[in-house]
Amino acid sequence: MKRAILAIAALIAFLCLTASGFAADQKTKPAEVRIGYLRAYAPRLTLSLLDLPPRDEGVAGAKAGIKDDNTTGKFMGQNFDLDVTEVKPDADVTKAFNDLVAKGDHFIIVDLSTPQILSIADMARDKGVLLFNVGDRDDSLREEDCRINVFHIAPTRSMLADALAQYLIVKKWPRWVLIYGSHKPDQLYADALRRAATRFGGQIVAEKEFKDTGTARRTDTGLAQVDQQITAFTQGFPDYDVMLVADESEVFGTYLPYRTWSPRLVAGTAGLVPSSWHPASEQWAGIQMQNRFMREYGRHMLSKDMNAWTAARVVGEAASRTRSDDPKTMSDYIRSDKFSVAAFKGQKLTFRKWNLQLRQPIFLGDGRAVVSTSPQAPFLHQSSTLDTLGVDQPETKCTLK
Amino acid sequence: MRKGMYVAAAAIALCLASGPAFAYTAYVSNEKGNSMSIVDTSTMKVVKTVDVGQRPRGITISPDGKFVYLCASDDDQVQIIDTSTLQVVGSLPSGPDPELFVLSPDGKTLYVANENDNLVTVIDIASKEVLAEIPVGVEPEGMGVSPDGKTLVNTSETTSMAHFIDTSSQEVTDSVLVDTRPRFAEFTPDGSQVWVSAEVGGTVSVIDNKTRQVVKKINFAIPGLRSETIQPVGVSITADGKKAYVALGPANHVAVVDTKTYEVKKYILVGQRVWHLAFTPDQKTLITTNGNSNDITFIDTATDEPVQSVTVGQQPWGVVVSPK
Repeated sequence: MKRAILAIAALIAFLCLTASGFAADQKTKPAEVRIGYLRAYAPRLTLSLLDLPPRDEGVAGAKAGIKDDNTTGKFMGQNFDLDVTEVKPDADVTKAFNDLVAKGDHFIIVDLSTPQILSIADMARDKGVLLFNVGDRDDSLREEDCRINVFHIAPTRSMLADALAQYLIVKKWPRWVLIYGSHKPDQLYADALRRAATRFGGQIVAEKEFKDTGTARRTDTGLAQVDQQITAFTQGFPDYDVMLVADESEVFGTYLPYRTWSPRLVAGTAGLVPSSWHPASEQWAGIQMQNRFMREYGRHMLSKDMNAWTAARVVGEAASRTRSDDPKTMSDYIRSDKFSVAAFKGQKLTFRKWNLQLRQPIFLGDGRAVVSTSPQAPFLHQSSTLDTLGVDQPETKCTLK
Repeated sequence: MRKGMYVAAAAIALCLASGPAFAYTAYVSNEKGNSMSIVDTSTMKVVKTVDVGQRPRGITISPDGKFVYLCASDDDQVQIIDTSTLQVVGSLPSGPDPELFVLSPDGKTLYVANENDNLVTVIDIASKEVLAEIPVGVEPEGMGVSPDGKTLVNTSETTSMAHFIDTSSQEVTDSVLVDTRPRFAEFTPDGSQVWVSAEVGGTVSVIDNKTRQVVKKINFAIPGLRSETIQPVGVSITADGKKAYVALGPANHVAVVDTKTYEVKKYILVGQRVWHLAFTPDQKTLITTNGNSNDITFIDTATDEPVQSVTVGQQPWGVVVSPK
């Protein structure tokens, strides 16, 4: 009996201690939110030196986002940390993923290929982990292969193609020639452009594939043969307004502008390019983002940086709006109707409920300046004009699971 | 003859009815034009346009009306302009990229939001010295000061907070979450509330200055306009505290809100991308800056009807009216 009383007393004392300890903890130690960053990286060559991806492409954006989260967190008693892990393209990512989860990362920014994302998506779901895709443009990952815990910050190829097509139609340049590369991403981009043509009233008057014969991207004799080669390649098309190019693989696209047989504009992966961010965008307070990014990382902010910044801000926004560091509470908030995030694009950005794709305006620019942003005004939509870009709800093949 | 007398009488009556047309001077900062337009509020005409520093945005005036203070954002300074000569007579060390500021009620201290540095800079106008730099959230912009000068409110755009700063200790005492991208903070004349606009959130949060809690969120809806175009920025509250005017940015309208019921009574069509507002000292007229149509609109506050729009410089940003 006595022993029982003692045990109860001890238990009460223990409970009191832990309770008070917890209370003290709350006051002195900020709540901790860890965000993981899992990327596949290998150096890659581009046709122009200016297009070489910086070593920290995307990662720098996430760091900038974490910094902004922490400035806010200071007033909320919340602290944000970033864990960055790198694997090789096509490598197995399960171990790297598990290591991040073991560190306590419930929100992981992924810059991986579609197979890599799919290899961890279901594991992540079972562990209550949300993935934020910042680099993958595959429509399939938001459609037939969509997942309930994979949010997409990066726009799809169809969103990019639609943004470009809307602009060309508004400019009354509806006749297009489509040149596409021989690799799979190039063909997916070409598919998106074909879809955009049907959708917005463009006419593809001719198509041609540019085969990758494995030539070196640069030689000591430089561009001597390129002009001849491209002029000949682009000869003999019916009359057209714009040459659309789909060359994500960096085999020939950059060579097209100014070298075509007919003096026509080039757009797509070269010339006028649609993207989720542009390093020259100053509008909608963008100049502030550009300034602090340049100051901190010594280079221009690229689309992947903006995607990763936005991902970090999505998590930060969830933490501050719910005043919580509980992953479940935060995840529920991100999924709710209340959620929105601002990313220097002139309006609030929200997720499409049916496939977790971030709705967003798309920039159209060349290497130097922003030319326009889509959606273009004449294209209307019953709920959000942003849903004129990409696969809309009635067409979706996604069943979130 | 008799007819003539009638006309004269009618003219006198009309004159009496409209009251004495008091001439004030309005100063408009033209962000893209690097200039300031000087406007006579009775004739509603631009009297003069003067060159100022690069990218002029925030603008205010000393209580005695002798000096205009202007944020020359790309020159990283606040310019002091003598209103009698319209010459730049000096500058204040604002810190980088000053956008918006507020003058203490006694006119001695200027509080500046430095967007690039996440700071509020406190400047003593007499000595032109920086008294303090107060760390706030990301991209500080809106600045409001209570009528007693004791409380300063700064809004930080990416952080989405209204930071309450005790002006004596120069410390942030409360940070209140509001909707996305808060742009402007305005105290009610009795100092009991602060109205904070959220540009991307599309709302105005009314914060109780005692409890520092949001007591009301005001939403706006204009028939025929998509909700994304409604982006509240400038807020001005009448001296009697009864009506608030909210500039709705690319919605091209100013909302009139009953401060008691928080009900939107009217949407007044003005120019394109309306951002900031200022009353004439007699409160009879409200002036709006319409950035994308390069004009300002005069609104009659008795009827809440737009009276006239006047072309000023390129991309008018802010406006202030002389106290006399």
